Amino acid sequence: MKVLVAVKRVVDYNVKVRAKADGSDVDLNNVKMAINPFCEIAVEEAVRLKEAGVATEVVAVSIGDKSCQEQIRTALALGADRGIQVETEGSVEPLVVAKLLKGVVEKEQPQLVILGKQSIDGDNNQTGQMLGALTGMAQGTFASEVAVDGDKVNVTREIDGGLQTVGLNLPAIVTTDLRLNEPRYASLPNIMKAKKKPLDVFTPADLGVEVTSHLTTLKVEPPAERQAGIKVESVADLVDKLKNEAKVI
Amino acid sequence: MSLDFDSARLPNPHINEDHDAWRDHLRRFIDREIMPHADDWDEAGHIPDELWPKAAEVGLLGMGYPEEFGGTTEGIDVWHQWITNEELARIGVGGITASLMVHGIGLPPVINWGSQALKEQVAPPVLRGEKNISLGITEPGAGSDVAQLTTTAVRDGDDFIVNGSKTYITGGMRADWVSTAVRTGGEGGRGVSMLLIPTDAPGFSRTALDRKQGWWASDTATLHFDNVRVPATNLIGEENQGFLVIMTNFNGERMAMATQMEAMARVCLEEAVSWAQERRTFGKRLADHQVIRHKIAQMKQKLNATQAYIRVCYEAIQAGTAAPGDIAMLKVQASETVEFCAREAMQILGGIGYMRGSRVERIYREVRVNAIGGGSEEIMRDLAARQYGL
Repeated sequence: MKVLVAVKRVVDYNVKVRAKADGSDVDLNNVKMAINPFCEIAVEEAVRLKEAGVATEVVAVSIGDKSCQEQIRTALALGADRGIQVETEGSVEPLVVAKLLKGVVEKEQPQLVILGKQSIDGDNNQTGQMLGALTGMAQGTFASEVAVDGDKVNVTREIDGGLQTVGLNLPAIVTTDLRLNEPRYASLPNIMKAKKKPLDVFTPADLGVEVTSHLTTLKVEPPAERQAGIKVESVADLVDKLKNEAKVI
Repeated sequence: MSLDFDSARLPNPHINEDHDAWRDHLRRFIDREIMPHADDWDEAGHIPDELWPKAAEVGLLGMGYPEEFGGTTEGIDVWHQWITNEELARIGVGGITASLMVHGIGLPPVINWGSQALKEQVAPPVLRGEKNISLGITEPGAGSDVAQLTTTAVRDGDDFIVNGSKTYITGGMRADWVSTAVRTGGEGGRGVSMLLIPTDAPGFSRTALDRKQGWWASDTATLHFDNVRVPATNLIGEENQGFLVIMTNFNGERMAMATQMEAMARVCLEEAVSWAQERRTFGKRLADHQVIRHKIAQMKQKLNATQAYIRVCYEAIQAGTAAPGDIAMLKVQASETVEFCAREAMQILGGIGYMRGSRVERIYREVRVNAIGGGSEEIMRDLAARQYGL
């Protein structure tokens, strides 16, 4: 079984991002970039499937300019077998990403596609679902457990109020939630081996997709600064403030 | 332009994306598995057993060691070594690195000079993080003056009988083996051999040296040998050729120490700058006072010099032209730099820097062990001076 994993290059989760002075976007100048944490969980799950003998090949795909090859190499260092970069410039919105991924799915014919449920930069949470709609494949989103059983996969989903398990026919799409697994660290020997693994580059045209834009960012601004708290004299004071100032009771 | 641990590093044209990838992944490992516990481990005086296998898993223990024993050599060069030492030093707890990486001084003698059987027995479990190996040179009566050591190994059939003691042995309490300098021949350096002594041999005992100025997390020990019987096949290198083994080994140890000291000094700069930009006195930030700005500039100046010198030494090592005297003086350059930066950083931090738990306070305690261990500053300069044939 072939597994396709999508990985995205995003601002490292440790970085405190700033908006550009003109409010046009987040300032990415000299900012440390990394693999999106949910995508890393997706890679880990695929590699575990391979180690368990369920998957035979893990292919990592990323969409972006040349720099996203760094994240593909990370996926390869974590255990993916080969990489695919779809070369694009500038930001690409979820629908286009889904269309490009559909092109890769048609080329590669994977039985399972694993994506992060969202990327920590845009927080869109759309690509997996859109890919499901475009390809007509079954989808199990927000997975906290993935169990492949013959030509089916059972996906346990984290939903409000508990867990839901859906049985999907393969080929299927899974998007990962935080608690699916704890990704391993890439080891030095595997980092060195990752360099030698194949990495193919396609253009959107190769996949028959035109990169278009339907969305415009109006403004990017930092969240309002938190005001300092106050100390209240008594419980009565507190209740009064909660009732009349905060208006929460 | 900011001045933090990364931006205060001079550009190095030898660093490529493979090196960056290793730094990234290693830092991730350290930030998650070590950093959050560093202060607790320092206070507790030891690091947990499970850290060794974890470090082995990410390839930290095996870096640069032959692949046949579980190491990684392909594509690994001196810049990987530098990055590794930098990242370990960034923790700001010298004892963790000293203890976790003590095989870096204990194992090379076996790898470079030991028999194939010895290597096969020792290297794989050490590189898997299951067993520990230390280096035993210093004695209560002989330290830097290696030629005067008095621990004896007397041939008895197929064995050596070892008597004597070693002290200030890093990793000595945990060690399963100690690559030990022993006297097998006459007086002076020509009578010294290296012998791998298993610590489960009858007659071996050890005492913890757990009250130290720094390196708290390291299990330093005094080792006692009372008629310890060791197979002659445990000889590392030729009999009475130990002096060469010891001297060769020192170069690697000194480079590691120098790179760690430079990085610790850089941590001091990072902490001092961050505080100076935040703390206000007399109506302005510390960083706006000229006296503080000059301290920061002077720290950076010394860091620049040390970094450039490290690079020159590593280039020479790569080219096979390194002079031990240059490496010895680099170690002095680095210990003076970390001593200066720890001092100045603490002056900038003031009271908060004096409180236990900050990286600067910890590094301040690690200065002396670095200025003395692996060859004291005085011995280093003497070694360099001797090579000039003055």
